[in-house]
Amino acid sequence: MARYVVDVMPKPEILDPQGKAVLGALPRLGFQDVTDVRQGKRFELELDGEASPERLEEVRKMAETLLSNPVIEDFEVHVADHPAPVEESAHEPTPAEEPAPTEEPIADADESTADREPVQE
Amino acid sequence: MKVGVVTFPGSLDDVDAARAVRAGGHEAVALWHGDADLRGVDAVILPGGFSYGDYLRCGAISRFAPVMTEVIVAAGRGMPVLGICNGFQILCESHLLPGALIRNDHRKFVCRDQRIRVENNRTAWTSAYAEGAEITIPLKNGEGGFVADQATLDMLEGEGRVVFRYLDDNPNGSLHDIAGITNAVGNVVGLMPHPEHAIESLCGPGTDGLGFFSGLAAVS
Repeated sequence: MARYVVDVMPKPEILDPQGKAVLGALPRLGFQDVTDVRQGKRFELELDGEASPERLEEVRKMAETLLSNPVIEDFEVHVADHPAPVEESAHEPTPAEEPAPTEEPIADADESTADREPVQE
Repeated sequence: MKVGVVTFPGSLDDVDAARAVRAGGHEAVALWHGDADLRGVDAVILPGGFSYGDYLRCGAISRFAPVMTEVIVAAGRGMPVLGICNGFQILCESHLLPGALIRNDHRKFVCRDQRIRVENNRTAWTSAYAEGAEITIPLKNGEGGFVADQATLDMLEGEGRVVFRYLDDNPNGSLHDIAGITNAVGNVVGLMPHPEHAIESLCGPGTDGLGFFSGLAAVS
């Protein structure tokens, strides 16, 4: 299993209203000297097999086809520095954090891992 | 004519669009995003809404819905296709129309009656209007800012493919005040404002939108 990263950014000449909103909020929180903020997206994709130039090229195609819109966005792809995380089952919980011996809550906990986007319907 | 109206998950204005089709004197045919089948229709409307929750980018996921494969082929053969609001975004993501729609420059959702000028009445959807006609139809969007690079803007302007332009205040930061455009042939039209919400005097700002549907004709 190898992990690939696609970074998508609005093209420099395209207005970025979300970045502007963040730029406006920072001074109000006491962070001074910020002159510009651009907001983009980061995708992490896991593919079977070892990382290879061929797979990276495939990820590039995904980025071109779906993950970015070349009219308004630029993207970069690379193989993640760190490998895909080990399965949750490999983690040996301490007695204090041992979950209740029912199946349901464990499944829920697995669903809400920290590296997922907190987007809810 | 038989006019198909596509329902995507998250479409909001498909029912109004079908109603407008009937008010225009045509038969409305419901099309489903998951079916690669246009059911023998003569024209297609991609309605407004928030298909796929606007996830990734507005229209980006709908563009790959099975029905869109058929719409793209049919549009290439000259079938009239109208994209309203989210439908316009889907047409841009499908590359049936150039450019893209980004978040409104002022970052607020806009909902108002909008005056626009019909700049081109030679498309399949605008033949009922006089060139230069000024009409008022509802506008409601959060990501309606039309953008394209300078070469594309020059091409659209030079070829008369800007079909609608905002009058009074530009509501979303669209370049060149562009509210809607067409493809080179004139069968595919996309716009952000909603003609289907202005087809009868009982509700909405009037009946200025009815001509989109009553005047629908194949492009020669």
